[in-house]
Amino acid sequence: MDDGLKSELTKQGIYVVKLEQLYNWGRSNSVWPLGFGLACCAIEMIAASMARFDLSRFGAEVFRPSPRQADLMIVAGTVTKKMAPQVVRLYNQMPEPKYVIAMGACAISGGPFKQGYNVLKGIDRYIPVDVHIPGCPPRPEALIHAFMTLQRKIDAQKVFGPDRARHFDASQPSEFPIPLYGEHDLVPAKNPNVWEPPVVVR
Amino acid sequence: METLEQIKTRAERVVPGAQLTIIKNDSPSAQHSLLVAVEHAFAVAKFLRDDPALRLDYCSNVSGVDFLDAELSEKVKVKKVVDGVEKEVEEVRKTKRAGYLEVVYHLYSMSLKHGPVILRQRTGNRSDTVAVMSLTPLWRSAEFQEREVFDLYGIHFYGHPDLRRILMWDGFKDHPMRKDYQEPDDYEYEPTPHDDVCDKTKAHYPKQEVKA
Repeated sequence: MDDGLKSELTKQGIYVVKLEQLYNWGRSNSVWPLGFGLACCAIEMIAASMARFDLSRFGAEVFRPSPRQADLMIVAGTVTKKMAPQVVRLYNQMPEPKYVIAMGACAISGGPFKQGYNVLKGIDRYIPVDVHIPGCPPRPEALIHAFMTLQRKIDAQKVFGPDRARHFDASQPSEFPIPLYGEHDLVPAKNPNVWEPPVVVR
Repeated sequence: METLEQIKTRAERVVPGAQLTIIKNDSPSAQHSLLVAVEHAFAVAKFLRDDPALRLDYCSNVSGVDFLDAELSEKVKVKKVVDGVEKEVEEVRKTKRAGYLEVVYHLYSMSLKHGPVILRQRTGNRSDTVAVMSLTPLWRSAEFQEREVFDLYGIHFYGHPDLRRILMWDGFKDHPMRKDYQEPDDYEYEPTPHDDVCDKTKAHYPKQEVKA
């Protein structure tokens, strides 16, 4: 159907969309985050969900206390190496389709604790992250921006075809190996199927 | 409050056999401290807590300190005969000091509103004689902090009710706050390496030159 006819029909109150678009529209406007915070970024996340910033405008006010009912994991704060297996386990317990926002400098890279002995250098070493937010901590507006970025990303997901979304592809993993506590570090220190060190161009 | 010398004299009188050493702090704060041998530490600490003139009932802080093996050099004036004339010449004398670990307690009195009195315990070395006396039975606030010192410095505490790691996991072998701690090598992605991180990053970027 060409865009002109579509526009004419819209004026008459008839909306012609693909099932995919309807499906994505519904999902992207009712993303339920998992209610857990790791550090000070969580305070900003809570602020974003409260009346002043009002994350519920985007259909995301229902912070779920159980990973079984959540679509989105907001990794808000420092992921210590002791906490990392639990974060991965929570991610594994979420049903598909599931998304991850890494919020703040610590969650995306280790941040100010990057050279420390106890902090994971980014949660994207173990689980796939959809949106990264820099900042220490990011403002609630930044989280809302990340949220809208994620909504656009969900809207563009395909149901069929070779470039279909991860949760429609049976060959793509839905759970990721939980790192073990080693004698000197987590074992393995990263999941090479998820994370490759980006090439630094100098 | 009494001076540290007075406390030292009284403590040595009350606890038989105890030898306290006053360690000077040359900084403007001038917080001098008392070094006590491990075998008398508990009795001396109990005296500091229960003595009516001191009543140090609050242990605010337990810290670990790591001293590596070091070569100390001090300038000594020596009389020497130079060209037939006796002169006073400065010489640098070097002495080797074996490394050790220390636990430092900062004690205050809530009831008498004075403090701090700083108490130190020293281990024999950094490898096998690394136990000191736990003061948790005297000050409960020391419990978690002594566990933290045990975790990060590897100092053992005799008489601690629940001595296990508190920050790192149980299977962890290292003691990260020790000065010779070797951290795991995960510097594969360093967009802006600097200082000693440059050297660690170089191994991961063999073909690229890492700029400071």
